[in-house]
Amino acid sequence: MAMSDTGGTLTRTWARLSLLRESPVGMVGAALVVFWVLVAIFAPVISPYGPNTNDLDALVDPSPNATHWFGTDMQGRDILARVIWGSRTVLTVAPVAVAVAYAIGCLLGLLAGYYRGWVDTLINRISDIILSFPAIVLYIIVIMRFGPSALNIILAVIFIATPQITRIVRGMTLDLREREYIAAAKMRGEPALYIMFVEILPNARGPLIVDACLRMGYTTIAIGVLGFLGLGLPPPTPDWGGMVKDSYALMSIFPHMALFPAAAITSLVVGFSLLADGMREISMRD
Amino acid sequence: MQYAAAPETNTRPATGPGAPPVLELRNVSISYFVRAGEMKVVPNISFKLGQGEALGLVGESGCGKSTVAFAIMQYLGTVGRITSGQVLFEGKDLAKLPAEELRALRGRRISMVYQDPMSSLNPVIPIGRQLMEVPIVHFGQSEREAHARALQMLREVNLPDPETMMTRYPHQLSGGQQQRVVIAMALMAEPSLLVMDEPTTGLDVTVEAAVLDLVARLREKHNTAIVFISHNLGTVVRICDRIGVMYAGELVEEGPITDVFRNPRHPYTRGLLSCIPTLGADKNSRPLTAIPGQVPSILNRPKGCVFQPRCRFAIAERCSQDPLPTVSLGEHHRAKCVRAEELPPHEKLPQGLEAVAVGPQPGDAEEVLRIANLRKTYHQATGMFGGKGYDVHAVDNIDLEANRGRTLAIVGESGCGKSTLAKVLTGIELGSAGMVTLGGKEISQIAVEDRDAGTKRAIQMVFQNPDSTLNPSHSIGYVMTRAIRKLRGLTAGAAKSEAGTLLKTVNLPPEFASRMPRQLSGGQKQRVAIARALAGEPDLILADEPVSALDVSVQAAIINLLVEIQAKRGATLIFISHDLSVVRYIADHVAVMYLGQVMEFGRTDEIFAPPYHPYTEALLSAVPIADPDVHQRRIILEGAIPSPQNRPQGCPFATRCPRKLGPICDNQAPPMQTTATGHRIACHIPLEDLTKVDKVLVA
Repeated sequence: MAMSDTGGTLTRTWARLSLLRESPVGMVGAALVVFWVLVAIFAPVISPYGPNTNDLDALVDPSPNATHWFGTDMQGRDILARVIWGSRTVLTVAPVAVAVAYAIGCLLGLLAGYYRGWVDTLINRISDIILSFPAIVLYIIVIMRFGPSALNIILAVIFIATPQITRIVRGMTLDLREREYIAAAKMRGEPALYIMFVEILPNARGPLIVDACLRMGYTTIAIGVLGFLGLGLPPPTPDWGGMVKDSYALMSIFPHMALFPAAAITSLVVGFSLLADGMREISMRD
Repeated sequence: MQYAAAPETNTRPATGPGAPPVLELRNVSISYFVRAGEMKVVPNISFKLGQGEALGLVGESGCGKSTVAFAIMQYLGTVGRITSGQVLFEGKDLAKLPAEELRALRGRRISMVYQDPMSSLNPVIPIGRQLMEVPIVHFGQSEREAHARALQMLREVNLPDPETMMTRYPHQLSGGQQQRVVIAMALMAEPSLLVMDEPTTGLDVTVEAAVLDLVARLREKHNTAIVFISHNLGTVVRICDRIGVMYAGELVEEGPITDVFRNPRHPYTRGLLSCIPTLGADKNSRPLTAIPGQVPSILNRPKGCVFQPRCRFAIAERCSQDPLPTVSLGEHHRAKCVRAEELPPHEKLPQGLEAVAVGPQPGDAEEVLRIANLRKTYHQATGMFGGKGYDVHAVDNIDLEANRGRTLAIVGESGCGKSTLAKVLTGIELGSAGMVTLGGKEISQIAVEDRDAGTKRAIQMVFQNPDSTLNPSHSIGYVMTRAIRKLRGLTAGAAKSEAGTLLKTVNLPPEFASRMPRQLSGGQKQRVAIARALAGEPDLILADEPVSALDVSVQAAIINLLVEIQAKRGATLIFISHDLSVVRYIADHVAVMYLGQVMEFGRTDEIFAPPYHPYTEALLSAVPIADPDVHQRRIILEGAIPSPQNRPQGCPFATRCPRKLGPICDNQAPPMQTTATGHRIACHIPLEDLTKVDKVLVA
């Protein structure tokens, strides 16, 4: 019923996405992201060792060599394998967290922008309170209180990202609600939720897609930082930030232990940023 | 720099056979280079402009008018280029001038006035300072001399209190005042050529009339040659002595105003002239003649005559010749049409500004809508924490009625409350006091969400802006079926076939159902919007400036469509507009609004003949009429429309009224005087005196 136009919307969204091919920057970003997604999916196939397999022989010299291309860590675990398996952590936590944050943020932003009045004030004040804390402090407080686990990291990211998304959606709703097609929808008696989700939200999608890409990047960084602070996934789960932390003491002697996971984080974040740039280029077209 | 020493050029004799033209375009081609390749926007244009002459360039949007203006200024940006031909200014090819000399010319000998004054003025510099820059930069004058000159110029453009004006910032001025400042700036250096690109398009009619009057006066005084670009033929008639009609980048006809209007030789010119409603015609006398089809896209311009595919006089083999010759018709008149000399004489529209009996008399049709003592007051809070604030009466004590199958037009300038009235009628806002009854049912206190299905179905709206009337994310078919299902409760299948029927009603093919709004032209979007409004078979259609954003040829088609639909379905139409010619054409009754009040209400023919309300009289004298043979009595209103929060105590029009009686107008609300036929005028001046007033428009 209300969704009878969704098929068309999907085809059109796909047609628009394929415009990305004309943006070299966007294509580089997409390639990096797709690369890591494939790595995560095929980790069991491509990983030379298990993430927690100890090679005691390698303890003598953990430097990169023919058997361990990226070298090994202080417990003799293969760094390449741990980088590969670590991508699974990032690429489940970040998308789930961002998706849930978006679902809540869109709803709150639409409610605030569409109804205004006290609904808007309430949602805004709560957002203001959360936003007024430095994000990193919030992360630390939340994880310290509830303990490090994938679920808690996801909840922390949702808690911090939602108010920011709410802001963006609210701003766009304030603009879009004044359009004449909204008045037309009201005049034919559409319910408020229909107007918000079917008439307003689809027209906000351009900037939101760009923001979602950037936000995936930020979340990747946040997960890395949490791991580095020891608030990431509990060991022995492979976690890029945690790997950097573990090798921190030996950084000057065996830089490879920190270098490879750090490079993994960087490439994924850069990938998301470039993808966002490409998306922005597409949305500017028309 | 050599130009600085030549101010005496302004004293040169006016156009004579020997005088060199101020501006000459010789076979100029202009292209834009974009992703898709070279776009030949203007393939070949030539014209001359003598000293002190004014040439109006008219045509619909996208026909290359502004491109020509920028080419004259040598300012086509990074993607535009003059690919061949010459732009000669006083005999010198501007393209060959070094950048420095060109800079010295611009603003000094050639000036330009753009459409939007707000973007031509620097918002952070007082306007006095901005004006002073011109003599300081171009003539090396001292601060004091420049100040005196700026002051003098502000006086010349009739700005009140020029001394204070010098210290003001652009945002502190009204739109009309800003445009006067821009014109003052352009004329500061007494240029010999002034290029004006739609200088009055964003202004209200009374303000537009004052600005046009000013331009005409200054032109006479300074003997400036003007290239005046406009989509409105009426404004060109006021300012120019020659007119050039552009179509798809080509100058299709050019000549003296009177020749071109009395004896148009190019079919496109004829098309343009017959698709604008003039004040002489109405829907009962004739339909407007829209030009069929659309302007061809630049990338596939037809061979030979560009207008050929839309021309009813076209003969394929003769009109396809390439290049097409320009036919000379007398000394100054030429047309780019092979059949120019053999076309039958142009039939001027039925003239006669005499009162035409407009349909049956009031009272013979059933009353559908009654508005009684309606008010809408917005409370404006002041200060950060609310404070006391003040009330803005956007709609103040309005009485109106509309009858079944008739059109009631609501006319007024911006800020008169006409759109607020529409919002209350549709239930998007609630009325503050008074009654609105639709078919006997009070609706002004029921928000649109709370209205019952019958009321929602009964009242639908057509909006102003074709780009925001349709949701860009939804296909046309979805928009239509959704509206039909919501308003009529049909099943999906029935709604789909009904959507096809409705699209056909508004002359769109049913295949349009699968299109997205961005694939449609402005006129097509507006047709879909009308079809959507018809989905519930409404009793009352509210149209808020439905044609003001459209080109004239499209406008005619939409107006015809509204008239036709109304005749067929018997729906009542409330037509909100600022354009009196359109109103004259389409309306049965007219209400003239000013600052939230109805100043005059009556049958259309009564509104357009004495007795007039002084405001109606001023509006009629201000509306630009595209006919040089209609004499229009000029009444120039001074000042701007007061903002609704400091509305005068007595008559709202008292501050600008040229017929003001005295303090009574300032202090006492005017009585509503009613004639035997129900014509109502809110004015202190007795009806007998208002009846004695001369007609504003005489053919």
